[in-house]
Amino acid sequence: MSEIDLDRLIIHYREDPYEDFVVETPNTGWVRFTADDGMKVEGPRGTWQHIPGTLLYVLERERNRIPIHAHINGTISELQVDLNGQFVEANTYLMSIRHPMTKDEVINKILKQVLITFNAPERAKYFFPPEITYKLEKKKHGTVLVRPGEEILIMSLMKRDTPLIYNGEPGIIHTVYFQPNITVNQGEPLLGICPPGKLNYIRKIVQKIQNEWA
Amino acid sequence: MTPEINKRLSQIELNVQYLLDIKEGAEWGNLGDLMEKVRRLKEEIYDRPEGSIEADLAAMEETVSFLEDRAEKSLTPDEIVRIVRNPQRITLQNILENVYDSYTELGGMEDCNIDPSMVVAKATISRRVKGHVYVHQVMVIGHEKGHGEEYRNGGCTRPWGNEKALRYMEVAETEGIPIHFYVFTPGAFPIEDYPGAAQQIARNLYALAKLRVPIVSLISEGGSGGAEAVGMSDIRLMLSHGYYSVISPEGAAAIEGKIKEGEKVPKDLLTFCAEQLSITAQDNLPLKTIDRIVQEPVLGARRDDFAFLRQLRYEMIRATDEVVLKTKSFRTFRAYAIKQEKAAERNYEFDIYIRWELTEGEEERLLRLRSLKYRKMGQGFYNESVTWPDKVFKKTEDAVLKSYYGLRYGLIRHHHKQVKKVIEEVSGEGTVFLRKISSPLISAYDFIANSAAKKQLRIMAASSTTSGAEEVTEEWGDTYVSPLANEDRTVSCPNARQYGCLDLWVPDLYGEFCGVCQNCGHHFPLEYQWYLQNLFDRGSIHEFNGHIGSINAIGYQGFENKIRRDVIKTGRTSAMITSHARVEGISLIVAMLFNDFRNGTVGAAEGDKFVRACEKARIMRRPFLAYVHATGGIRIQEGTVGVVQMPKCTMAVREYIDSGGLYIVVYDNNSYAGPVASFLGCSPYQFAIRSSKIGFAGPRVIRETTGEDIPPDYHSAQKALARGHVQGIWDRREFRYNLYKCLLTMGGSNLYYR
Repeated sequence: MSEIDLDRLIIHYREDPYEDFVVETPNTGWVRFTADDGMKVEGPRGTWQHIPGTLLYVLERERNRIPIHAHINGTISELQVDLNGQFVEANTYLMSIRHPMTKDEVINKILKQVLITFNAPERAKYFFPPEITYKLEKKKHGTVLVRPGEEILIMSLMKRDTPLIYNGEPGIIHTVYFQPNITVNQGEPLLGICPPGKLNYIRKIVQKIQNEWA
Repeated sequence: MTPEINKRLSQIELNVQYLLDIKEGAEWGNLGDLMEKVRRLKEEIYDRPEGSIEADLAAMEETVSFLEDRAEKSLTPDEIVRIVRNPQRITLQNILENVYDSYTELGGMEDCNIDPSMVVAKATISRRVKGHVYVHQVMVIGHEKGHGEEYRNGGCTRPWGNEKALRYMEVAETEGIPIHFYVFTPGAFPIEDYPGAAQQIARNLYALAKLRVPIVSLISEGGSGGAEAVGMSDIRLMLSHGYYSVISPEGAAAIEGKIKEGEKVPKDLLTFCAEQLSITAQDNLPLKTIDRIVQEPVLGARRDDFAFLRQLRYEMIRATDEVVLKTKSFRTFRAYAIKQEKAAERNYEFDIYIRWELTEGEEERLLRLRSLKYRKMGQGFYNESVTWPDKVFKKTEDAVLKSYYGLRYGLIRHHHKQVKKVIEEVSGEGTVFLRKISSPLISAYDFIANSAAKKQLRIMAASSTTSGAEEVTEEWGDTYVSPLANEDRTVSCPNARQYGCLDLWVPDLYGEFCGVCQNCGHHFPLEYQWYLQNLFDRGSIHEFNGHIGSINAIGYQGFENKIRRDVIKTGRTSAMITSHARVEGISLIVAMLFNDFRNGTVGAAEGDKFVRACEKARIMRRPFLAYVHATGGIRIQEGTVGVVQMPKCTMAVREYIDSGGLYIVVYDNNSYAGPVASFLGCSPYQFAIRSSKIGFAGPRVIRETTGEDIPPDYHSAQKALARGHVQGIWDRREFRYNLYKCLLTMGGSNLYYR
């Protein structure tokens, strides 16, 4: 990815710092909106996200009233008012939630496009091998280089430790997404690896967003 | 200025503050003005002549004393609650230091402790008789609210604190020394972390039911289940300014007034609930939930009431003497002497010395008396409409059943077992002896005829026939269809988002699917009749004691109407059904708590029905199943009459299990609070139906008590299994099969008694 692409990306996020989440019907039924266009809605809350978000609409099928709540915070847009009180098919577009992205969300989005992510092959706990731990402790953050064929992580599953070998492009460990002793689900990112040539540029971008993003 | 004047002034200030706390305001008796005067005098104390201060002090002391007497005469239950919770109230620490000669705390000290809210101490207490000092050893166990130390958790004991108490109760039993319990708790800390609040209280009660040492308890603040964990005793004393309640007045008011979480309970409602719950010592004595009241000084005992502590020492020794004497066969004169003693006149001195160690026979008598004491509790607080011929018939029936089953399972079975054992022994010996003689001949024959292979085949064939016979025939006959199925609509599974479950058509769900989501296995609640029809063999259910019904036991305002409404709604008079039943031909006794009547709460009627079911199971040598369709805990409108059902029913369970019975508990839907923390939680074999919730207190109570939120699945059956509170989770569709298997596995050859 060239520098121009990254600039464009930043401009894009600066111009439109929102992410649109589409709200569609999960099944057929009669729609009764409880939210209005332009209304601010909250996503699920609570420590376990167990308190449902703002009620968006009620979908009734066979006298079964299913309340549908917002799954993210934002502002309602493009509400399909004409569908209110109508019978609709499954996957009918009802509205969008314009979610204002936070600074971290923007950084993560950019980093995920720029960095090479190393994902969890299985649901397990992950640790760094002693050599990498040593390097991470001794060296400055963002200077530990990994090459293909090197042991990068240890997967600990049912008291069996399996070494994981890195097979991607050589790069520097930029972001660590996991915490030791906490189980990571399969497919979730563990590490973000940055090609050495782009490290400074990425740092600059992150710093820029950190400083300038409202 | 003499220090004496300063001391007197401080004391006056303390007393006025105490009155202000109790009366919750400065209006009553012009307390505000009085406090203002005290403060002014404090400021002027060095500027005024001693004589004038002396006069003011005397006047103030007289006013305070007058106000205290006036307040004492008109004490309301909610004022008593405030006395008990006042920081000036005596605590266990004061008692340990002043009632006992010496003590050593066990299981930790102060904040270095397993649970600082539960204090255990080995102590000595002495009495002087005719110039001679006699020293007794006792185990003191009780709640410590602390002198403002936060680590005491306000006397709310965590599960491991109750576990510590149990450990040292067993130590006292080993050493044969009496136990003195001091109850100073607003309630147990409602967390499910192992060993779990409810499960541990249940274990404590189970152990206490047959603990072979004299136990005396003193209640100052008896908050429901937390109090019962160290409250079951041979004599229950209560402080005259204490309270003993099924629920805190705040909790009752929140339920009664349907107050939303976080909102403040109105003061009037709080006062109303405190009055209705019959929480004071004077209320509890006629309910027979306590044995005696220990009179405190005006407005309750405070930390520096040394005269009261001296009296308390006397009361504790006297109560222990009484318990011990009741177990002695030769006791008439000494018992009379103790009864007649005018303690205050004698300056709390003793005339006699009674040794507190018990012989084996005396221990047996102690346990018998304890059992009788708890069996009688709550009797008369339910409606038992029987005519005298019914009574005679019932008594005759009981006597006949007792003789028949005693003969069948006691005498004949016992002898049969003995004979069988002897035959097995002799046959075993004979086999070995014959083998010695015949083995050379058999070897020779095998060598010639090579019959070994054939023999092996025969054994295999035999074993396969046996396993085939053990299979359960799944015969359901004409299926009962839930009335819930008579609705033409669909419902969504609560796990639809997580597992993508499709909507379920109600007639299918409550008909063919037995209320179970076909995709994720979530169990929707079903009515109790479904279980009665589908769980047991057809026509095998014969209900007994159906005539026992709930009443408004303590005169709780408006409760009659609520009962009447539920009687009309359900056609039943209590939340418990007790019956004979059969599962795949196995006879058992069933006690079922069901949701439709007062949310399955337990009061005097339910408790007594449960105890009678236990007794029936014991007489008939039947396995005993407690199926909990749902229970919301102890019925708050029955006050402490409801609370004492916890030890009473646990005692019945303990006696049933000890005599050789098999007790199985199955939880369904929601099972919370008192029953789980007593006669249900004490079962060695507890199971849960899938999607059920089990716990001590609901999420709201936990949030309000601990100040922390809990995950949505905190009380789920899976979590209960992970914590070791239940031994398995059953699918409703396999309930009958699992129960049958469980009866065979847990009962085995001892299914109809060990």
